[in-house]
Amino acid sequence: MNFDDTPQEAEFRTTARAWIAANAPKQYEEELRKSSLGRTVLKNANILDVAKAWQKKKADAGWACLHWPKEYGGRGSSPIERVIWQQEEGPFGQLSRMFIIGHGMCGPTMMAFAREEHKRTYLPPLASGEKVWCQLFSEPAGGSDVAGLRTRAEKDGDDWVINGQKIWTSGAHYSDYGILLTRTDPTVPKHKGLTMFFLDMKSPGVEVRPIKQASGASDFNEVYFTNVRIPDHQRLGEVGDGWNVSLTTLMNERSAIGAAVSTGFPELFEYCSSLMLDDGPAIEDRAVRSKLANWAVKASGLKYTSMRAISALSKGERPGPENSIGKLVAGSMIQDVATYALDLQGAAGVVSGENAELAGRFQAMLLRAPGTRVEGGTDEIMRNIIAERVLGLPGDIRVDKDVPFNKIPTKGRN
Amino acid sequence: MNFDFSDDQKQLRDQARKFLAEKCSPKAVRVVLDGMAPYDKELWKGLAEMGFLGVAIPEEFGGAGAGHLELCVIAEEMGRANAPVPFSSTVYLAAEALLIAGSDAQKKKWLPTIASGEAIGTLALFEGKGNPSPKNVKLTAANGVLNGVKKPVADGAIADFAVVAARTGSSGRDSDISLFLVDLKGGGAEVKSLTNLDPTRGQAEITFKDCRAEPLGAAGEGWSILTQVLDRAAVLCAFEQVGGADRALEMGRDYALDRIAFGRQIGSFQAVKHMLADMYVSATLARSNSYYGAWALSTNAAELPEAAAAARISATQAFQHCAKNNIQVHGGMGFTWEFDCHMYYRRANAMALGLGSLSYWEDQLIERMRKKNAA
Repeated sequence: MNFDDTPQEAEFRTTARAWIAANAPKQYEEELRKSSLGRTVLKNANILDVAKAWQKKKADAGWACLHWPKEYGGRGSSPIERVIWQQEEGPFGQLSRMFIIGHGMCGPTMMAFAREEHKRTYLPPLASGEKVWCQLFSEPAGGSDVAGLRTRAEKDGDDWVINGQKIWTSGAHYSDYGILLTRTDPTVPKHKGLTMFFLDMKSPGVEVRPIKQASGASDFNEVYFTNVRIPDHQRLGEVGDGWNVSLTTLMNERSAIGAAVSTGFPELFEYCSSLMLDDGPAIEDRAVRSKLANWAVKASGLKYTSMRAISALSKGERPGPENSIGKLVAGSMIQDVATYALDLQGAAGVVSGENAELAGRFQAMLLRAPGTRVEGGTDEIMRNIIAERVLGLPGDIRVDKDVPFNKIPTKGRN
Repeated sequence: MNFDFSDDQKQLRDQARKFLAEKCSPKAVRVVLDGMAPYDKELWKGLAEMGFLGVAIPEEFGGAGAGHLELCVIAEEMGRANAPVPFSSTVYLAAEALLIAGSDAQKKKWLPTIASGEAIGTLALFEGKGNPSPKNVKLTAANGVLNGVKKPVADGAIADFAVVAARTGSSGRDSDISLFLVDLKGGGAEVKSLTNLDPTRGQAEITFKDCRAEPLGAAGEGWSILTQVLDRAAVLCAFEQVGGADRALEMGRDYALDRIAFGRQIGSFQAVKHMLADMYVSATLARSNSYYGAWALSTNAAELPEAAAAARISATQAFQHCAKNNIQVHGGMGFTWEFDCHMYYRRANAMALGLGSLSYWEDQLIERMRKKNAA
């Protein structure tokens, strides 16, 4: 048992480290290091521009989308090299956030289902960050139950005509392309009548409206489709096979091994280390220590769970299901951590923004946290996944399973 | 990076699991649970024959000379099987104290008898209520004899020898404490069994009256040695707890698959599924923290104090959580003596206290993290 690199891994790490040291946008390092959930990261620059510039620089030198094949803009690296890169990129990895959906979900889906000429056309600029992609799955009537979506696609000559509405689309307002899950046949059970496409977000009839979140910020959008035309050659997978195509996308979302999840613990520990309470330093208070210790072991437990998965990658094995716990643990933890940090401030905890303690870091975290327990699979869906796929418990009874989609009730009560 | 046990170590784990499945069935555990025997002597003999008791004891002292990682995988299986033997007292506490502080003569005398299963050892630290602290040690040592009362002492009633923490000064510093080695069969130590939460592992009160004892380690070094022993034992116990947590989770999962209510498997209800998913989460966090503890223990890393405390807290929580909810999944049957659920519930809650309670380790963890950050 050790934490050492193999000779090949060490060599790769050295090369990556040297390139990053010579090329990363160092002027933003401090701000990126101090960013935490719910807080805008750069004061004097547009983060979108900085992120795109960094991504392009990486792509030009062959450091973008490391695990993708070279012909699609990647490096053809092994999974462990990708993890090493993430470790070395450190705070600059924050700049990849706007590309996560495109690189993590849209790209792999295109690779699996798009025509070869489309792959060669669309994937390299996606890898280099010149084009940004979004994922159009969730709808007002299809959140956790994605297959309940209602956006229609109807064949008209060589085109499909799209009408409907998507919601919770991250980054739609700055995206160039998107992958879109639609209903092509409402007369068959819900999972069987879906079809996947990709489209140009500048197509006529696409309207993007930002959602004002409970936190006050706007990271997500509603996207409306009114008679939007998509050529049939932009279909991904067979007609009616959209559900299986979407599983490829979602599986990629959940296999991001080694990506650090935000728990809020380092921020809280640092805060408590300097905070004075009425009776003395917070860090010396038994009650504070008890709280900190309970979160400390969750944070370290997640860290070493991730290390176990990385070790499996290093040996060329497939990591086990352990890594599925990350989002579930971190989501509710960061909410509790933020709540407690404000509790320690007493009545002053109510003040947010620049005038608050630590410029409102924990207040911003508190307000953003509910979203982390919902996005990318709610806590409840994550527990279902663990129960069913890891523990082998039965799936939920699906009363709409064999019912034609257009016969499923749409109202809870009258 | 290879943050995992080696193939050989995993093979050893499988071997231990197979051995214990055969020799340590719930039926065998119940012989001790029901008070028909103080511990499972046949199993103890078997563990010695397999080389498990001396796996981390160097060959020159009669052990297998393998190491602590090997001991960790065996500990996990001991916990999974809820083994009713004085393994933790003898192997994690007494043997480790000897390995850290024993003289060559002391090691030669006791370690081979531990490895061979002839001698049972324990640590006599606590004196009634309270967590590990020099100020809670009142038993005195003077002129080569001990006077005072220790309780609870794990496996005290069946132990042949004990490592005893004694007061040898009154300066108010850690250096007031020294360790002694006592042959409990040599006279001067009166042993009384205590009823306890987990009858599969005994607890005792030992009264020392002018009991002859020899120093273990240098005078005044007792607390420092003890801290190291407790850290090592915390990691090893964490593996037992991880094994127990996994077993409790499995029992709950299996019952949820077999039991039908309202016309369905109860494991198809989200209330039950989510409870089991949360148990899996706790068990996984505990396993990962324990692996880190194992790494620190096996490499004698500077991180051991922090890693041991984290493993201790995480594994204690996970075992308690899984054992408690296993009963809940079983419903009324889980609350019968006949079902095995309560054996794990008892073990989980007894283990949560044995090396000092959670609140003690929480405090230790943050103190250690703070020291590291300040350094």
